Amino acid sequence: MSTFLGMPHAPRGVGQLREQEPFPDAARKALADDQLRHNLGHATATIRGKRARVVAEVADWEQLRRAGEAVKAATLARLDEHLLRLEERVTANGGTVHWARDAVEANRIVTGLVRDTGATEVVKVKSMATQEIGLNEALAAAGITAVETDLAELIVQLGDDRPSHILVPAIHRNRTEIRDIFLRRMPGVDPALTDEPRQLAMAARAHLRAKFLTARVAVSGANFAVAETGTVAVVESEGNGRMCLTLPETLITVMGIEKVVPAWTDLEVFLQLLPRSSTGERMNPYTSTWTGVTPGDGPQRFHLVLVDNGRTAVLADAAGRSALHCIRCSACLNVCPVYERTGGHAYGSVYPGPIGAILSPQLTGVEDNASLPYASTLCGACYDVCPVRIDIPSILVHLRGERVDHRARGPVPSAEAVAMAAAAWVMARPRRFRLAELALRLGRLLGRGGRIRRLPPPLSAWTAARDLPVPPSRTFRQWWRASGRPEEGSR
Amino acid sequence: MRVALFATCLADAMFPDAARATVLLLERLGHDVVLPAGQTCCGQMHLNTGYRRQARGLVRHHVDVFEPYDAVVAPSGSCVGSVRHQHAALARDAGDDRLADRADHVARRTWELSEFLVDVLGVEDVGAHFPHRVTYHPTCHSLRLLRVGDKPLRLLRAVRGIDLVELTDAEQCCGFGGTFALKNADTSAAMLADKMRHVLRTGAGTVTAGDSSCLMHIGGGLSRLRAGVRTLHLAQILASTDGSIA
Repeated sequence: MSTFLGMPHAPRGVGQLREQEPFPDAARKALADDQLRHNLGHATATIRGKRARVVAEVADWEQLRRAGEAVKAATLARLDEHLLRLEERVTANGGTVHWARDAVEANRIVTGLVRDTGATEVVKVKSMATQEIGLNEALAAAGITAVETDLAELIVQLGDDRPSHILVPAIHRNRTEIRDIFLRRMPGVDPALTDEPRQLAMAARAHLRAKFLTARVAVSGANFAVAETGTVAVVESEGNGRMCLTLPETLITVMGIEKVVPAWTDLEVFLQLLPRSSTGERMNPYTSTWTGVTPGDGPQRFHLVLVDNGRTAVLADAAGRSALHCIRCSACLNVCPVYERTGGHAYGSVYPGPIGAILSPQLTGVEDNASLPYASTLCGACYDVCPVRIDIPSILVHLRGERVDHRARGPVPSAEAVAMAAAAWVMARPRRFRLAELALRLGRLLGRGGRIRRLPPPLSAWTAARDLPVPPSRTFRQWWRASGRPEEGSR
Repeated sequence: MRVALFATCLADAMFPDAARATVLLLERLGHDVVLPAGQTCCGQMHLNTGYRRQARGLVRHHVDVFEPYDAVVAPSGSCVGSVRHQHAALARDAGDDRLADRADHVARRTWELSEFLVDVLGVEDVGAHFPHRVTYHPTCHSLRLLRVGDKPLRLLRAVRGIDLVELTDAEQCCGFGGTFALKNADTSAAMLADKMRHVLRTGAGTVTAGDSSCLMHIGGGLSRLRAGVRTLHLAQILASTDGSIA
């Protein structure tokens, strides 16, 4: 996707925002995994039900959604001012603000900051931004070990796996698989460990507690940052994040620039919308907020790294910019019939599901995630549950248009473009449409017993799993005329 | 009332019984149905696949054909969804405000069949008779673009002799999605498999919906399984009477 302002997209070769293979190919492999289908079907159905119940309790949910949307839209319209205000307030409160154009710069800044402390291990709070920029890999290349402390992220990390969900990164694993990963990879784990959830949690707790007590540096993301006070907020369920945010001497927070909100009171809206939408809880269990550095309490060095990595390019596109409203709740993943069946890995990017299908292509440029805008039936379930009212189906259609326009500038039109042009030519005149219907009737020769069971490519994709009825012996219009009813006009 | 029928290209060419039933039903209710001859296609497939330029041409044609009518009815939530929620926006994005205003005018006068019956005509009991077990699949665009809600169900509940059974996870997409069914055929088939599993569990001999496209998908899958479950458009059930089962 090209934008008029020519803002840079997220660079290639770093981080994880791009499809490794086209979505249909990746999805085909995922669909063949029966265990995955079962795990995902069970988990998404459970969380969908929880969300629906707690959202139904809130009488003014629609007004809250509209408030969330309005706050985000207004903030993005003056993003530069809010970010400068945030920098000023964080700095005044003893923190240091760094600006990173992209993933490469952000990784370099964080790696340098950790090196300056002399630490070779950092504990991490669950964070999408650091996954997006590939921070763990960058730190590893510099000889620094990053330890994920969110339980699900830990499962993913120990399993040499990739997260497949924004909120529940190990949603594709069941408890037996998790026990096997712990037995294989967790140092000092009790070999008699069962797959009972409490036992698994206790094993992770013992493993992580040692890390919390020795770590000198923590790395986090941010759910919100309040410009007027310079306050950063992290929302989590386990308390492991709070361990990281309070125990180490140095805290480095990596935050996408769209996470800023102007005022403390804006949190009132989002802290109602987020927990009900994401985990189906009425109130978030651990909400940590901090403002710069407080002498004698918590980390004594605080760095805030503000990352663009393609966000300004998204902001420049009026038809797609509301993707930046996203508060990473995952409600759209949990209701998406495509996500429920393919899981998150098929999307390639760390942002899977409907929001990923619009966000990733916009951050990278649509050519680098060309199949993602098509990874949806446009059923609209995502838009209905989005707490900040991102019209995901419309943005998907917009990105499909960008993709087609981009390809149309190439030397050779695709077979699809030729077929679409032909169909549009036929439909442009009723006479041509009628002739095409006559031609379609030849399809009757392909059928047996009223059904067509096999068609040549690309229609073979249909007949691989479905029949097609043979075209009727007469069209509706022919019936209409034969019935003696008059047709109106002769355009 | 004089009603212009937008038959939709798919029903005209492939599912004439759905359009025919719409005509017979409206006539039975005492209305005068006319068929604007120039109609072809609303352009939804082009637009939703990314072919905006071609879609704009089809939108212009659709507006030219239907602009003179005070009431346009189509047996499709999806096509009406496109007319109501995409046509004007597409024209406006291209800087054609004149076409956008005309498209808005047409959109305000266009209804999906169940909306037209319940909201405009104010009927729920259309005098139909259909003595069979039926399950209803609410199509995504009728549900989430048009917000038809339970209007189709209210119409069905008033049908005499019908044994209407609820479909589990009814509001989940069947996996059609236009060109999605071809571009992401495997995922589409997986969604279809779950939809069919729920349909078969109802024990219904007929599955109905307000869109021929979704029914083509669900019916195509059921036919492949030789499941013995037929698909009928909502209009066909509502048009059925003691004398003739659609």
